[in-house]
Amino acid sequence: MPWLDPLPLAASASNLLAAREQMAFTLGFHIVLSCLGVALPATILVANYLGLRRGDEDALELARRWSKAMAVTFAVGAVTGTVLSFEFGLLWPHFMDRFGSAFGIAFAIEGIFFFLEAIFLAIYIYGWKRLSGWAHFWSGVPMVLTGVGGAFAVVAANSWMNQPQGFTLGPAGNVVDTNPVEVLFNPATGYEVPHMILAAYMVVGFLVASIYAVGMLKGRRDRLHRLGLLIPLTIACIATPVQLFVGDTAAREVADHQPAKFAGMECIQKTGTHQTEYVGGVCTSSGVKGAIPIPDLDSFLVGFSADTEVVGLAGIPADERPPANTLLHLAFDGMVGIGSALLLLGAWLAFAWWRRRDIPRTPWFPRAVAVSGAGAILALWAGWIVTEVGRQPWIVQGYMRTSEAVTEASGLWFVFALTLALYAAIGTIAILVLRAMSRRWREGDAGPETPYAPPARAIS
Amino acid sequence: MTRADACAGILWLGATFYALFGGADFGGGLWDLVAGGAERGERPRAVIQRSLTPVWEANHVWLIFILVVLWTAFPSAFSAVMTTLYVPLALAALGIVLRGSGFAFRKSIEGLGARRVAGATFAISSLLTPFFMGAVVGAVAAGNVPAAGDGDPFSSWLRPLPLLTGAMFVASGAYLAAVFLVGDARRAGDEEMRRYFARRALIAAGVAGVAAAFGLVELHAETRYVFDRLVHEGLPLVVLSALCGLGVLALLLAAARRAAAPDSRLLRPLAAGAVIAVVWGWGVAQFPYLLPTSLTISGAAAPPDTLATVIVVFLAAAVLVLPALGLLYWLSQKEMLGE
Repeated sequence: MPWLDPLPLAASASNLLAAREQMAFTLGFHIVLSCLGVALPATILVANYLGLRRGDEDALELARRWSKAMAVTFAVGAVTGTVLSFEFGLLWPHFMDRFGSAFGIAFAIEGIFFFLEAIFLAIYIYGWKRLSGWAHFWSGVPMVLTGVGGAFAVVAANSWMNQPQGFTLGPAGNVVDTNPVEVLFNPATGYEVPHMILAAYMVVGFLVASIYAVGMLKGRRDRLHRLGLLIPLTIACIATPVQLFVGDTAAREVADHQPAKFAGMECIQKTGTHQTEYVGGVCTSSGVKGAIPIPDLDSFLVGFSADTEVVGLAGIPADERPPANTLLHLAFDGMVGIGSALLLLGAWLAFAWWRRRDIPRTPWFPRAVAVSGAGAILALWAGWIVTEVGRQPWIVQGYMRTSEAVTEASGLWFVFALTLALYAAIGTIAILVLRAMSRRWREGDAGPETPYAPPARAIS
Repeated sequence: MTRADACAGILWLGATFYALFGGADFGGGLWDLVAGGAERGERPRAVIQRSLTPVWEANHVWLIFILVVLWTAFPSAFSAVMTTLYVPLALAALGIVLRGSGFAFRKSIEGLGARRVAGATFAISSLLTPFFMGAVVGAVAAGNVPAAGDGDPFSSWLRPLPLLTGAMFVASGAYLAAVFLVGDARRAGDEEMRRYFARRALIAAGVAGVAAAFGLVELHAETRYVFDRLVHEGLPLVVLSALCGLGVLALLLAAARRAAAPDSRLLRPLAAGAVIAVVWGWGVAQFPYLLPTSLTISGAAAPPDTLATVIVVFLAAAVLVLPALGLLYWLSQKEMLGE
């Protein structure tokens, strides 16, 4: 009786954890790069447009530099994204077997967007010298559209995992019929997709601006640095208030359709009205410890009235509750907190611009911008922890558990350790390479023409 | 033709493009690897770098395309392959990560030493991916992947046929790359590099031919179903491939005798034709099976509306992606793209 044998059980429990850690880590790494793929093209094209329109050499130089940096980040993003495609099958074969025909629909569409993005990105990045100014600019526009289209398709696939629909199951539990339109436009698509696209624009805007803010703090206060800060920061500051609105809507949708996830996010134990909003703290089954409680606010946020009933974890079967409540709760609060802080940063810039057509003069402004990039990335990760950990124990909400989807292959922890080391090296080298590029630009050095010229000529 | 057959055709079309363009990119990495020290290898590496840089990412997308079509249109086949051949697949994925990041880093990293390490990573991993991809294809063709999945993770591919297929993938990529690079060197007016890559094309063509011949012998020994169909239904394609291969050899040898560089306008289509015929010969040989001889195309097929979506997406790709890809290659060949 193999199901009584403790060894396979232990192995599969261990596999589940290893596979989840592997997925979380590789996705967390890739998602930052995919934000760059989605939103960096638009940022570059704004600088490119200003440069061409006003004959602004500084703006053109920024566009040129950012596109060279994008060549590096897109390459790493393309290969880490490929790893995820492999992982769907290598880590979650039973999920793909049963649901690939529905889950895959969005990815089939994403394939076109990714193809076009890779093609026009190459034309744009390597077209600076020989294409005419405006022809070159227009060759970059498809990157912006395909970036948004690709994000739509990938996030629609994730939305479907959260609110699956558009399929019929046969007696064996396999998908026997699909409705591709319903799969793509599931109820979660409407809020997950804009939330992620806006997140990409925030991450990229604050991240690029933060690099120039650091330069300013080091005393480089030339026009190039001002523009390098202002262009991406303006984009991010426009995206932020919209994002808070979309996020607020998303949270209400989650409360309606995924009550277990919402209860975990907000650490709500008992179902009822007049729910307290807890800010921070540690979740326990007897309530939240060390949080700032705001009476009635949670109910109010969900239904605009303190009388709104909100489901608590106690009202959900024990084997359907999300794990790691404290992590989930803090991730949610962290995301909202950082988002609100970034909103204030945008308001600060808008106020200074309205009064004096200039960025705030105090050094605290570049300091705040300098940390905003890391902040936006943290908020991005926190948001994905909420989405993904909050969906557990399900891989397809209500239909398939993550534990049913995982592979029986051995060696997962070994692969995970190897992946950690490999990605750490790639991440470190990517940052070193980008820093070296930036140093060369400051020194006016174009860099080597061939991959490794002999040392004698490299000196001359 | 059923929708499932059409989707299988789309899958094979993707495999054809990936074998041609992705294969050539990996081959470029191999020639980079054996180009010698920094001094001696500078010129060939510069040719390889110039021709690979603008196109490799677009060429890489064919792999994503194959994976996506496979898991969407034939989810059970995808899961069977993944649960059986996870070792070579993981190694191929490792090669993809190292190849892409090594290539992106090697030009921009500081210091000759670091650049060499990045370059070597790129070059060595250019061997890993095609070899293990070939092993996966060989294992599928040999019928070592059971329909239910969970085949033996080692004996399914550690056999002569999958390993020979891996070697054939590496050699045919190297052969395609050398042929393409002959043309690139010709355009650059670099007579010496033209001859350099023509010599290498000859060597790689020989190795690929020998690997293919041994592969046929092993195919006969390991999987009679596929072998029999290959030498009956697939015979025209086998002959076509052999003729193209011989044509390439003849062109290269004739050029070598005249101490001139071969005419790449004829060389390229012949070299591509040899590879295309092999890919489709494989397809014809294992038809109607996706996993010979346990899972058929129709048996693995997704529900009809999913298949229809894949077909529509493919048609959209044919209208949108192929012209864009053509534009990229055209600009690249016209030397309009550079750093």
